[in-house]
Amino acid sequence: MSDEAPDDANLVARLLAGEEQAFVTLIDTYHARLLRLALGFVADRSVAEEVVQDTWAGVMAALPSFERRASLKTWIFRILVNRARTRGVREKRTVPFSALEDPDDAGRQAHAARFDGGGSWLEPPRPWDDETPERLLLRRETMAILRQAIDALPPGQRAVIVLRDIEGVSSEEVCNILDITETNQRVLLHRARVRLRAALEGHLG
Amino acid sequence: MLTCAEITELVTAYLEKQMPWRRRMAFRMHIGMCRHCRAYLRQMRTTVQTLGHMPAEPIPTDVLDELARRLRSMRLPPRAKQ
Repeated sequence: MSDEAPDDANLVARLLAGEEQAFVTLIDTYHARLLRLALGFVADRSVAEEVVQDTWAGVMAALPSFERRASLKTWIFRILVNRARTRGVREKRTVPFSALEDPDDAGRQAHAARFDGGGSWLEPPRPWDDETPERLLLRRETMAILRQAIDALPPGQRAVIVLRDIEGVSSEEVCNILDITETNQRVLLHRARVRLRAALEGHLG
Repeated sequence: MLTCAEITELVTAYLEKQMPWRRRMAFRMHIGMCRHCRAYLRQMRTTVQTLGHMPAEPIPTDVLDELARRLRSMRLPPRAKQ
């Protein structure tokens, strides 16, 4: 998201000084978002909540050594992803992040079926492109559809789209956090966007 | 000449500005002529912009406050116990 955390260095200093309001700011800014991110990695909500608690403990322990090489946001997200993955491995729920391990046959077939043999549209996009993001965001039903579509994404696609498009993390940082290549990242991002556009079209078009 | 199917495959590379100059020109030319692909591109942009403003599901304030308190108590006292 574009609402950047209020000046990272300042916040970290206030946290280290034990200032009460700084902790409120930290939690308000990140807790719900961490939970949203964690839900993509583990089986259910209670485990995701544990992962987030774990993340907070990790953040507190490492805070004195926070260096401003990354933003606080990216730094916290990285801690979460590491914990979530460890947790996923322990539960034998491995999350495939490479596009190769995520063939996404269903999504791609659905997309391919919209073209003829020569690559022209058989089933062109249904019109909903006069809709603005502002209007869509105000519609509760549309948001629910979008949330469901995100929840239904394969884990790799979900992790990439949450970090890139929802949280506004740069592609370089996403590769870093998820330990994937730039090409991989772009493929996963593309597939996720294709699916989410299609979900909106199904609802609005 | 790029086909419509190819255009939809390239949309993310285009939006990410990860496309060689020549290809970019070809992409734009197609978009200029094809209203379906134009609609597709616009819808992709709208999708991305909408995602960028999607709030996380809200968590009750008292839960957050309690958590903030707990986190603060977790803090290692600075320079304590040397």
